[in-house]
Amino acid sequence: MANVDKELDARGLNCPLPILRTKKALNDLTGGQTLRVVATDPGAIKDFQAFAKQTGNELVESGEANGEFTFVLRKKA
Amino acid sequence: MSNKKLAIIATKGTLDWAYPPFILASTAAALGYDVQIFFTFYGLQLLRKSLDHLQVSSLGNPGMPMPMAMDKWFPVLAQALPGMQSMMTMMMKQKMRSKGVASLEDLRNLCAEADVKMIGCQMTVDLFGFEPSDFIPGIEMGGAATFFEFAGESDICLFM
Repeated sequence: MANVDKELDARGLNCPLPILRTKKALNDLTGGQTLRVVATDPGAIKDFQAFAKQTGNELVESGEANGEFTFVLRKKA
Repeated sequence: MSNKKLAIIATKGTLDWAYPPFILASTAAALGYDVQIFFTFYGLQLLRKSLDHLQVSSLGNPGMPMPMAMDKWFPVLAQALPGMQSMMTMMMKQKMRSKGVASLEDLRNLCAEADVKMIGCQMTVDLFGFEPSDFIPGIEMGGAATFFEFAGESDICLFM
């Protein structure tokens, strides 16, 4: 797994908390830095795509393993 | 480019209907929207300091999924018995906790942190005899015209 600048554990949280926590975590980063989020909410897959599209933060990685969803976002410059 | 705007009118004062305005407002704020919620009539309950009094009722609510197939053996009339509403509320809160759904207080705090503007309907405050001290700090009071000032410029306007 690639190195990221920050990690966020959103496992066990339900909509809309993973997105809200992600937004908060991104606030602590500067443009170009990356954040990895791990979530278990199945709605997160579509929500993270929509979040990236609407906020301009890039979704550089998206994966699933053992019921956990992992996303890597790069903060908008 | 100016931000998109979301305007919400919150009119319900029950535990279940307290969620949609706070969920949508906090999410929109996270997506970069400017958000205002106008709380009127029973919706004012959502601005009170404590939200512990909010309840959910299965009465007149046939779409509510009931645990243990209660809807199969519990006649509608029995749902009006004293204590039933408290029990339903307790079960609903337990279910929400077990599923990782945020508490209303948390969602409301997240809205406030994200600068969601919350406006209480002055007319309803007077009608029901509320005091300013009944409500959380940081809210404004206003009337319909106050709401339209923002809603008229909004991209999305929702009545709940």
